[in-house]
Amino acid sequence: MSVGFVMLCHTALERAAEVARHWAERGCPVVIHVDKRVAKLAYDGLVQSLTDLPNVLFSQRFACEWGTWGIVAATQAASSLMLERFDDVRHVYLASGSCLPLRPVEELRAYLESRPRTDFIESVTTTDVGWTVGGLNLERFTLRFPFSWRSQRKAFDLYVSLQRRVGFRRPIPEGIVPHLGSQWWCLTRQTLSAILENPDRAKLDRYFRRVWIPDESYFQTMVRRFSTNVESRSLTLAKFDYQGKPHIFYDDHLQLLRRSDCFVARKIWPQADKLYDTFLRGNSHGQASAEPNPGKIDRLFSKAVDRRTKGRAGLYMQSRYPNENWENGRTAAPYSVFEGFSEVFENFEAWLGKVAGTRAHGHLFAPGRVEYAGGETVFSGALSDSAALRDYAPKNFLSNLIWNTRGERQCFQFGPNDNQEISWFVACDPNAQISVITGAWAIPLFHSNRNFSDIRREAARLQKLESDHVGILRSHYAKARIRIWTLAEFVENPMEPLQSIIDEISPRSQRRLTEAPRLADLKGFGQFLQNLRNQGMQPVMMGDFPTGEDPTTAASRRGRPYLVK
Amino acid sequence: MKITEAIKLRYRRRLAHLRARIKGREMRVVADRTRTMPRDAIILLCTLRNERIRLPFFLRYYRDLGVEHFFFVDNDSTDGSREYLEPQPDVSLWTTKGSYKRSRFGVDWLAHLQRRYCHDHWCLTVDVDEFFVYPFCETRPLRALTDWLDASAVRSFSAMMLDMYPKGSITAQPYHEGQNPFEIAQWFDSGNYTIHRNHAMGNLWIQGGPRARVFFADRPEMAPALNKVPLVRWQRSYAYLSSTHMILPRGLNLVYDERGGEKASGCLLHAKFLDTFAEKAAEEMARGQHYGASKEYKAYHDKLARHPDLWCKYSEKYINWRQLEILGLMSKGNWA
Repeated sequence: MSVGFVMLCHTALERAAEVARHWAERGCPVVIHVDKRVAKLAYDGLVQSLTDLPNVLFSQRFACEWGTWGIVAATQAASSLMLERFDDVRHVYLASGSCLPLRPVEELRAYLESRPRTDFIESVTTTDVGWTVGGLNLERFTLRFPFSWRSQRKAFDLYVSLQRRVGFRRPIPEGIVPHLGSQWWCLTRQTLSAILENPDRAKLDRYFRRVWIPDESYFQTMVRRFSTNVESRSLTLAKFDYQGKPHIFYDDHLQLLRRSDCFVARKIWPQADKLYDTFLRGNSHGQASAEPNPGKIDRLFSKAVDRRTKGRAGLYMQSRYPNENWENGRTAAPYSVFEGFSEVFENFEAWLGKVAGTRAHGHLFAPGRVEYAGGETVFSGALSDSAALRDYAPKNFLSNLIWNTRGERQCFQFGPNDNQEISWFVACDPNAQISVITGAWAIPLFHSNRNFSDIRREAARLQKLESDHVGILRSHYAKARIRIWTLAEFVENPMEPLQSIIDEISPRSQRRLTEAPRLADLKGFGQFLQNLRNQGMQPVMMGDFPTGEDPTTAASRRGRPYLVK
Repeated sequence: MKITEAIKLRYRRRLAHLRARIKGREMRVVADRTRTMPRDAIILLCTLRNERIRLPFFLRYYRDLGVEHFFFVDNDSTDGSREYLEPQPDVSLWTTKGSYKRSRFGVDWLAHLQRRYCHDHWCLTVDVDEFFVYPFCETRPLRALTDWLDASAVRSFSAMMLDMYPKGSITAQPYHEGQNPFEIAQWFDSGNYTIHRNHAMGNLWIQGGPRARVFFADRPEMAPALNKVPLVRWQRSYAYLSSTHMILPRGLNLVYDERGGEKASGCLLHAKFLDTFAEKAAEEMARGQHYGASKEYKAYHDKLARHPDLWCKYSEKYINWRQLEILGLMSKGNWA
């Protein structure tokens, strides 16, 4: 008992000839169908090159345009020829000209020998199919498709939607339960002959002629009528990408293919010399009884599809530039923005770097230069500290910074004096943790040695900027993790907020904070605010700071650890 | 797209073709071997001037990748470049004394050749200091890529320029003929690129890298563009606009995905910063034949005198294309 191969070829005929020879020389009859659209010269060359093999036959030629009946007709003709001329064939294996056997024929023969009644064909009901491109499942069987999907796409789509709207349906013949599946199957003589010699065949063929992509449904549906034992999987390793075109194998897939233990793989790049050499002429074989296990290849290809459809979060580059809200992750990793903290505390950045074990930058968006941690002039990815470069594309700057430091959390200070262009970007980024002490910008002014009229003007400017910024953070579009305190609220009890922020940054360190950063000197700050008011300005962002009175005791205990619990 | 805009773009394309026809007359054929090239040959097109020392490695690199025919336009070289190229069996060579600047930096000359000889061929248009890397370039020849692009119905392929530089002064290690330039210029900037979208043409405008970091830190808008579309399945109706940064019809500029996915892309490793550069900068400044009155070269010249080292602590050392893929400078897309 033997297995026979039906090969459907349309390009790379030399490679097809090699494979056919490989099978034929090992005692497997081969019937080759060549697409009618192939030039006569090429076809004759192929026939010539295989004349020395008595068990290679050529079947009647049909034009095989993708998605049309021609492919099924070709398969039928070639299979009939196979069954008719080679009596000892028990299984017929449908392959293409770009298939490559990965395991020796003897192993395939033994495998089929031990499963003499099994039909290997992927056959899935239309409701369970998840992979069809274009979203047409059952409708492949109930609509009409006079237009080509490839060359007349608009007409195709229009006609489909028209039929849907009108409610047109072709009746499905009795006894037919539509099934779909991979085109590449391996059927037993019994099943295949039952399909081909079915008295209803003419009628059914007439129906299937008008079904869309019948090569993925004709045998898959018929087999359910006649087979006693369907094993719904294909013995051919063939993977499809998101556009529905097959993935191609190259020389560098050699090891993967070898370890897959699949019998036949499709589709091989015609110039993959190493693959053809190894599998056709080498004496490679695995364990004779091993089941095909394409898991690794599956993963490789599904990753590729993921990369093409979802991409890497937070990456902006030459071939990935998502429209707004299509980013699927505006930035690559979580990061923290602190607003007002470096004004309220004297040594906040150093403290933060130590406590949270992260990179704590200064004001990255400061007007003069980019204040990287440790005063560096360049940073990861060779980012420059030039404010001009940064302000040329502030969002790129931030997304680059986060992308370049994947694996290390970044924290930076921000304030109303900084470039405000990133406000929306950060506020709408779920990766951002934003903690704000409003009104803290007044502290440096309070400490500064400037004329009061200058201070007043500056205070009004900063307050306007900050209130706009806070407005953005409070908008319903904001997706960041945002916490906002007024200065007055915060200095009353600074440790509790700090603790919760740090817990969020490094959730695994369960320790309580033992060392607090040093609060800035706020003696007389209330009076300072009152002076601003007296000059006609309305400082509101700081909250209710009691005039005349200095901040509470908690804040005045300088440099001492403050424990919440 | 508005109809007026479409008409305007079509007009620009026609104009480019007209220019190509006029400027094409400036060229004189030195060696025409186009008849020997295979019917579906992958063609490389290149304009050059006095690059003799780079040519041996350049030809070897691209022959190894699987380029089947080279089109060179020699702009009046005096260092023997023309004599070197003329006898090469897979080279067709033209020469011209015309102005580089007035042929839009060589675009018009090449456009003439593209229209005449390259219809329906895959064409790689690069400079003599640009080296194309693409996903799997170590194991798969260029033909594998173009076959895959054909199967995916993709007509153009993006490759961003990646400026490579040595550690230390660029004059410290002299470049020898035939040497791989990236033995010297091994370093690059991995993550400081800015992207703006050009809505008129649909392309991305990428800037950054060491040139922006060192030479244009105070006026970033002047930094040179790094986006390129060098590999195109050429049709007679196509036209490059400025170098290979932009191409018409503008659908070809859409080499990026807008819905979060990644399309496949490569890089052009740019071996500009070798010891040959200082000389070149001085010469080009004097000729004033480069973009923006050779403004770029002026900036280099000034800065290089004072600050010859492009290397910094965060420079990345080049290993292979996989490294560039991981760093996010290029992508495999759904090619696996």
